[in-house]
Amino acid sequence: MSGIFVVLQERDGRVSRASWEAIAAGQLLGSQLNQPVTAVVLGAATEALATEAAAKAIAQVVRVDHPLLAQYTADGFITALAQLIQSQSPAAMVLPHTYQVRDYAPALAARLGQVLISDVVAIGDGPTFTRQLLQGRLTGAYRPTGSGPCFISVQAGAFRADAVQAGAAEVTTFTPTIDTAQIRTQPGEPFRGAAQTVDLGSAQLIVAVGRGIKDADNLPLVQELATALGAEIAASRPICDNGWLPMERQVGSSGQTVSPKLYLAVGISGAIQHLVGMKGSQCIVAINKDPDAPIFEVADYGIAGDLFEVIPALTEAVKAAKQ
Amino acid sequence: MKIIVAIKQVPERDAQVRIDSSAKWIDESGLQWALNESDAYALEEALQQKEKNGGEVIVLTAGPERVGPTIREALAKGADRAIHIDCNDLASRDALGVARLLAAAAKQESPDLILTGLQSEDLGLGQTGVIVAELLGLPHATLILQVEKTETGIKVKRELEEGWFQSVELSTPAVLTIQSGGNKLRYATLMGIKKAKTKDVRRVTAAELAVDSTPVVVLERIALPQKQKTTQMLPGTPKEAAAALVEKLKFEARVL
Repeated sequence: MSGIFVVLQERDGRVSRASWEAIAAGQLLGSQLNQPVTAVVLGAATEALATEAAAKAIAQVVRVDHPLLAQYTADGFITALAQLIQSQSPAAMVLPHTYQVRDYAPALAARLGQVLISDVVAIGDGPTFTRQLLQGRLTGAYRPTGSGPCFISVQAGAFRADAVQAGAAEVTTFTPTIDTAQIRTQPGEPFRGAAQTVDLGSAQLIVAVGRGIKDADNLPLVQELATALGAEIAASRPICDNGWLPMERQVGSSGQTVSPKLYLAVGISGAIQHLVGMKGSQCIVAINKDPDAPIFEVADYGIAGDLFEVIPALTEAVKAAKQ
Repeated sequence: MKIIVAIKQVPERDAQVRIDSSAKWIDESGLQWALNESDAYALEEALQQKEKNGGEVIVLTAGPERVGPTIREALAKGADRAIHIDCNDLASRDALGVARLLAAAAKQESPDLILTGLQSEDLGLGQTGVIVAELLGLPHATLILQVEKTETGIKVKRELEEGWFQSVELSTPAVLTIQSGGNKLRYATLMGIKKAKTKDVRRVTAAELAVDSTPVVVLERIALPQKQKTTQMLPGTPKEAAAALVEKLKFEARVL
């Protein structure tokens, strides 16, 4: 077994940022295991992506090209990648932890008798792979003990895309054998949900509310603070799941990604699905009753306290400061 | 449709967790437990399918004795019966090992659909459903918000990233992992709670299922996360803390 294979994902016709981060993780693993890094692109027309990847300091780019890979299906990707792995026996497979990867990589690993170590945030000696547990309250160090290739997917933002240097890699093509009958799902074209009327991405100040608010009837409390600040109101997923605020106000991996000057998180514990959508904010304030909540790990300022007491006091203080 | 819903009991969201003396898992003594949230949405979807199309809803879970109340909760909400894979060594099995248990138990029932939540709140692996599909040789779709029965199988609404969605059609039997928020969750009624007491819970031991339990991935140790930033905690009464925060935001962070 040799080589670290990094599977790239396309976004708007280019190699996605998460994929460059996966290459950075692959290079880190490669330097530890003294193994070269190969980038893998899948699709029906992978030339452009392969050319883009080949301009980086990696050993090789493999184009896995097949007409049945034109649109993503788990069956198509698993079949093609399993054949590639069996033919080239890499030591490790590294993937970006995207929705697409979550859809097929666990089954791909299982087909080869392996287990994907998903959502990895750090690579340590051994190698060991660190991932978050209990919604970010703890971390766990995992070690692969099997004999086959190890599979890891890396969390968005955990490795630096700009760590990948320019270079010139050789491009080869691998043609998998895929039969139409092997594709058991018919995916439709992606579509947007309700028309987006709020652009949280351009908001300078955001007050975001989470589960700690307990009930929709308590939302005006947070609304008043947002009004006093002149901020947009946003929410973590459970608030939108409950229908208390529209889905378009959701920040996180399944909602919008924001980076305002001020992000004030109220009653949000800070599960990773939320943090990925806001941790790029310039200044983060967290107000939460649990001083151990993961949100405090990314916050610049924190108040550990009852939001039902803190928020009215804060609204008053903001109003007073603006007079 | 005969639907199996694979559910997991997890530590309650607000539970204070402590690392145990082995540093390999949390100290479970005195912990409060709850039904994993996305599994609750999977159960809700199954119950709604049964209401629309008829059939049977069977909950399936693996775990020690303590999962009993979580099974009863699912039965009280309307599941018809349950299968409890009795095992005390879940933590030493990897995702493939746990999926093998669930797949072996599910296979005996020949269901039309297997639903599960997209990820657990404790380990957060987000893989069990997908691996079960692979082990059973069934098609699957993940992050599902809606399920609609068609002539030949099902049509599902799948969530993509950043507010995008996609329809996917697949034949049954199939495995779906359910995203939260697709439905409104129901509460158990008093009648439901009463009925649940007499519903069938079949116990099967992990040994009886005779699956390979040798892990290929091991959780070596757990730890508290390292802080990514230095957080200034603002003490005092709510009023004092609020006043201090406004000062900081105005004159230190200069964002107001």
